[in-house]
This record gives sequence, C-alpha cells and structure tokens, in this order.
Amino acid sequence: MLDYVTSYLNSNTTPGQAGNFLWAFIYILLIFLGLSLAVVAMNWLERKILAHMQVRLGPMRVGPHGLLQPIADAVKLLIKEDIMPAECDPLVFWIAPLIVVLTAFTVFIVVPFGPTHAVTDMNIGVLFMLGVSSLSVLGVVMAGWASNSHYPLIGALRSSAQMVSYEIAMGLAVVSAILMTSLNSEGTGTLSMIGIVQAQQAQQTWFIFKFFPLGLIAFFVFAVAMVAETNRAPFDLPEAESELTAGFHTEYSGFRWSLFFLAEYSAMIAVSSIAVTLWLGGWLRPFPNSLTGETWDLVFSLFPGFTFLVLAGMCFFSTARMPKHPYFRIQTLGLAGFGAVLALIGLVLFAPPVRDRVQDIYWFVAKVAVFMYLYIWYRGTFPRYRFDQLMKVGWKVLVLIGIGVLILTAILGVVV
Amino acid sequence: MPDVTKSVPPPSSSNLELGSEKPYLDSNELIINMGPQHPATHGVLRVILKLDGEKVLGTECVIGYLHRGVEKIAENRTYTMFNPYVDRMDYVAAVSNGLGYCEAVEKLLNIQAPPRADYIRVILTELNRLASHMLWLGTHALDIGAITPLFYTFRDREEILKIFEKYCGARLTTHAFRIGGCQYETYDGFEQEVTKFLKFVTPKIDEYEELLTTNRIWVERTRGVGFLSANDCIALGVTGPVLRASGVKWDLRKAQPYAAYSDFDFEIPIGQHGDTYDRYIVRMQEMRQSLRIIEQAVGKIPSGPIMAKVPKVMKPPAGEIYHSIESPKGELGYFIVSDGSTQPYRVRVRPPSFVNLQALDRMVRGQLVADVIAVIGTLDIVLGEVDR
Repeated sequence: MLDYVTSYLNSNTTPGQAGNFLWAFIYILLIFLGLSLAVVAMNWLERKILAHMQVRLGPMRVGPHGLLQPIADAVKLLIKEDIMPAECDPLVFWIAPLIVVLTAFTVFIVVPFGPTHAVTDMNIGVLFMLGVSSLSVLGVVMAGWASNSHYPLIGALRSSAQMVSYEIAMGLAVVSAILMTSLNSEGTGTLSMIGIVQAQQAQQTWFIFKFFPLGLIAFFVFAVAMVAETNRAPFDLPEAESELTAGFHTEYSGFRWSLFFLAEYSAMIAVSSIAVTLWLGGWLRPFPNSLTGETWDLVFSLFPGFTFLVLAGMCFFSTARMPKHPYFRIQTLGLAGFGAVLALIGLVLFAPPVRDRVQDIYWFVAKVAVFMYLYIWYRGTFPRYRFDQLMKVGWKVLVLIGIGVLILTAILGVVV
Repeated sequence: MPDVTKSVPPPSSSNLELGSEKPYLDSNELIINMGPQHPATHGVLRVILKLDGEKVLGTECVIGYLHRGVEKIAENRTYTMFNPYVDRMDYVAAVSNGLGYCEAVEKLLNIQAPPRADYIRVILTELNRLASHMLWLGTHALDIGAITPLFYTFRDREEILKIFEKYCGARLTTHAFRIGGCQYETYDGFEQEVTKFLKFVTPKIDEYEELLTTNRIWVERTRGVGFLSANDCIALGVTGPVLRASGVKWDLRKAQPYAAYSDFDFEIPIGQHGDTYDRYIVRMQEMRQSLRIIEQAVGKIPSGPIMAKVPKVMKPPAGEIYHSIESPKGELGYFIVSDGSTQPYRVRVRPPSFVNLQALDRMVRGQLVADVIAVIGTLDIVLGEVDR
C-alpha cells in the first residue's frame, strides 16, 4: 500500500498516466478545493473591482473590506427555502444545475497546472475540454425549459444559439493553434494540453507571438468567443438583467441558483485556462529560453512569495488606515490577521523545496488571473450586444477571421 | 407643416390584434408580461409584449400603478396648498413641475414674478434639467447593459442635489418656488457654488461621452432603433428631446419664452434621424446648452425683490388658463379652471411622459425585445408623471 502511495512521488508524468488512482483522487480533491476557493475569491474580487471602477466601495460591512461577504452570501443561499415552481418539470428542473456544474468541473481534469500537475493527460485534451464544456448548454436549455416560464425560455433559447455559434469560431481558433504544435522536426502535432505547452517550449515562443500577427489574431478570436461562450458581458444576453430579469435561471433560487453561479465562474476559469495553455505558454514562466541560468531561475522562483508578501503588505496598509474607533477593533484585527496569514504563506513559498514546486502553478494561475480581471473589466465597460448583432459578430466576423487565420497558418506552416 | 393625417393609421381597439404576419412554422406567438415589477421599466410601467421569437409584433402599455389622483386633489386644496403636490409628479424634475404650476397660477392672477426671482428660477430649473438628463443617461445606459455610467452620473447629480438642499432644504421634491416668485433668497455663495459646479461638471459630461458616444456597441445598439419620424412625432403629440431628435426645432424656451429665458443666448440642438442615438446626442447637447444658460444667468443675476405682491388669500378671477413650459421631458402644461374661489375648479396637467409613452408601440413594432428596453429608456418617462 505504502509502495503504491510513494511509487508515484518521483514520477514525471501525471497521476492519470501513471495509473495511480490514489494520487489522481488527491489531485481531483485539490483542484475541486482550489476551484471553489477561486470562485469565492472571484465573487469578492469582482464586486470589489467593479465597485472601484464605478466610484463606489463595494462590500464593506461583513468582515474587513467585506472579505467575509462571500461566506455570508453562501450561508444565506444555503439556508434559503428551496423553491420549485408549481408548474415546472421537477426532474429536469433538478438535473439542469447538476449538468451545468458537472461539465464546468469535469473539464479541469485535463488542465495542466504544470508538466505533471494535472489529473491526467489525454491525447485529445483540447477536444475533451471543448466538448465537455459545450455540454453545459444542455443544462442551460433544460433549466430554461423546465422552468415553464417565459423569461427563462427566451434566455435559454438565446443561450443555446449563442453558445453553439461561438463554439465554431472558438474551434477554428483552437485548430490554428494546434496546427502550430506540428511545426517540429517530426511534424507531429498534438492535442494534449501538456503537449501543447511543451511544443511552445520547444519552439521557444508562445503561440500568441507565432507567425506574428497570426497567432495574435487567433488568440483574439478565441478571447472574444470565450466571453460569449461563458455568457459574460458584453455577451450576457441569456441573463440580460434589464431585459429578461435573470434569463434562464430566473426561477432558480437558493442552492440551485448558487450551483449556476459556481458553474459560471468555473467555466470562466476553464476557458481562460484553455486560452493560457494554447497561446500564453501555460505554466511556462516568462522568457524560459532567453533568461536562463541559475540567477534567473532564482529570480523567477521568488515571484510567488513576493506576490503574497505584496498582498500582505496591502492588508497591513489597509489595517493602518482603518478608523481608530473601538467599533472597528475586531475588523482591524481581522484584517491584520488576514495579512499575517498571507505573509506567512509568502514566507513559506520562499522555502527552496516549496518554491521549486509551486512555480509552474503560480505562473499558470497568474495568467488565468489576468483573464479574470479582463472579464470584470469588460463588464464594467461595455454595453450589451443585441441578439442579432451578436449573431452577426459571431458568424460574419469571427468565423471568417478564424477560417482566414487557419488557412494562413496552414500555408505558413508548410512554407516555413 | 408636414401632412399629419397621412402618417397615422386608424385607431384600433387593441394593439395586440394587429400582428398580421404569419409565422414561418406553425408556432404560437408568445405573449409576455413585462412589468410592473421589472428592472428596466423605470418604475411600475407594465408592457404586454406580443412576440414572435425575439421579434415584437405588438405592445400594450398598462399604466396606473402609481396613480395618486393629483389632479383631483387639486380641487380640494387652495392654490398655495396644491403647490407641493406637483413636485410629486415628475419627481426627477420637481423644480420644472413647480415652475410650470407657479407660472400658470401667476398668469391666472395676472401678476409677474420679479426679475431676480425669474433668474433664480431659470438657474434652478436648468440645474434640474441637468439632473434629470443625468439620471436618464445613467438608467438608459444601464438598460442597454453599460452599468458604469449610472454611477458616474449619480455621483455628479449629487452635486446638483446638494445645491438644491442648500437652497431650499429638500433634495428631490424641492418645492423651490412660490406663486409670485421664490420664497427663499439665495444663500451666501450661491453664485460661486454654481460656477464651481459648472467647472466641475463640464469635463464630466465629456467623460460620459467618452464612454458612450463612439462606443461601437453603444452605437450599434442605438442607431436606427426606435425610429420616429417628425410627422409621427407631431401626430402623436410627442415633445421634448424626442421631438427635437426627429429634426423639429421646437423648444418652448425659444418658441414661447417664459421666466427669463428670452434674456439668454442658447441653441436648440436637433437630430436628423429620429433614432435612439440621435435622442442620446440631443440630450447630451442639451446638457451643454443648459450649462451655457446657467453660466449666463449666474453672471447677470439682478438684485431686487424675489416676491411679487401676492394677496394672502388667492382668489383668481373666474376663467381658465393654459400655460406650458419646456420640462426636461417635453412640454409640461397646466390647464387651470378657476371659479373665483380659493380652490381651483379643475386642474389638468399635460404630462410629457404620458404623451411620449404613446409613441412606444410605433417605435418598437417589428424590432427586437432588447429594443423595447432601449426605447423605454430613450423616451425618458417617469411613471409618477404618467400616472399622476
């Protein structure tokens, strides 16, 4: 038994490939935990960042600077009465959120957080991700249909049309990136998520800069399509608040609604992971080939620790700026404590054995975080597209650009 | 004058019966109920939509959820007592409402407010126009999905409300004017504060325009949406920025100058296409023109009394009067019938929101659901005024 546990420890493949179910399970648990934490953090961050873009403060009451707000929200949602509309189709109504959540979480088993930090490495990783994540539209349609109500129905119809159409543009962009992986001496491309990143390492460039500007354009197509795919502003028609109140999940409340919420944010993280893996070098740190040597390795391996120290510093700065009134004592202490925890994590991350192992994960998460920020930024900036315009952008612009980029990439790949 | 008779179809008993196009497949038309509790109907408007998929085949407005019988109340109040009630109609532009009523009663009593009072009235009314347009811009943008401008406009509207608060103690339902002038003298530093506000707000309007005017999505969402021709506007009695965006240069401040408007130099911005984008542009321009008027008014505000000689007990001679002003939403008219007693025999308000709302069906038929929201926003209705 012990052998079974330790046998994986020094392997250089993912647990799924090594056939080690125990470690695969541990990885799954870690990813599930990390993802839930990320969604909670995103909830707070989105409200805060959006608030600061809109000259307001955002949550400030529950915990210092509203840090405990997501927890309060979660508790509130869990203890809410579970309402199922009288006229709904109970079974479908019950299954719909489950499908959405399952698909959103399942895709993460192939996301490579590092060369070995994935649950498994499939030879059809990208296809698997795109395929499974597009299943979520089924859940959305089921939710809209089962609610037996007009607004959810319109929301679900919009959503299915939108997600299916943008999948095509997305797929075309992905194919052009996959074509680039075959530009090696053997001429063998790969669909494996880990293989794609390794191809970028071998070709010494992120695919976003490959065949400039072709890679960039493909990335742009994907970046637009992925926002539409996840139903976020400016493509948030299925849940267009001002038109359809809440779209396909209008009739959902409490825990079921929070499953949709969870799924939405994990889907955002999932598509961002695809973008990072395909175009931004996945877990690779910046300049892995030009800035080599021990000094540079050391410098880049200090980044995770420093990030947490900066966050801790921000906490301490805010602690110092807290009002001195006794009413705020607990909040001040809480913020200082939170800062201390962050600082501690930062210090732990400086320890050599830890810092070598978390590097890959750190760079991957940092790149995904940039996308998450972009999502919030879009939401604060853009008005919403109308349905016909959305379709026009999808079919008449993005698909065409996608095909053009694909053809040019293929030609260039043969020529070069 | 354009030929009005040709552009209006005969009235039908119900708008919903008019959807004559046969759907391609054997499918039912969807009738959905939007409101009265809906985030984008600006209060308690209820619109029954008849949809073919996303396409709107017909609409029917159901109003009255905010009916408080303001006109009837007037019959049991003296002229002075009724004054605060008018603020509750268009609560976003309460100052304009008050001005219209006061001027109508003054006309009935045949008295004239002193010049200083007229200038104060102009300044406050134009500030109110700014506040109203800011609120419109924020909510309109919110309806179309841009959530950020709302908070910017509310931030800047706050400064206007602060001036109101300092002047008369109230922020929203101000009751700023009295019949015969103003009750309050301006506070110390009023002129400086208004001038400071003008300096503060000019770059802010540029900021809104930066966010929206050339924003591709904004232009696509508003260009060609909710088209209303000049003929239709006139036939339906639509006034205000909606009329001007269709290219009709009609502004009561110029056409029948009231208060001190004839003293100021300003332009009437007009549009050409009569679509939602033009209405947006016209209102943005109007905000700048309002700034111009305030700037001139603050510069040459005369000294003197602020109240004309008004009898303690107002008993206007028997007769009737119609007086209208240009409120931020359009022509706001008061028709008052006096029987010679202390209370009006009948007060009838011509609310711009109510009349403009009639154009909704004409503007959205054949367009998409999302356009209904945009059009309700662009009409700039206040349900308190629609229902009264």
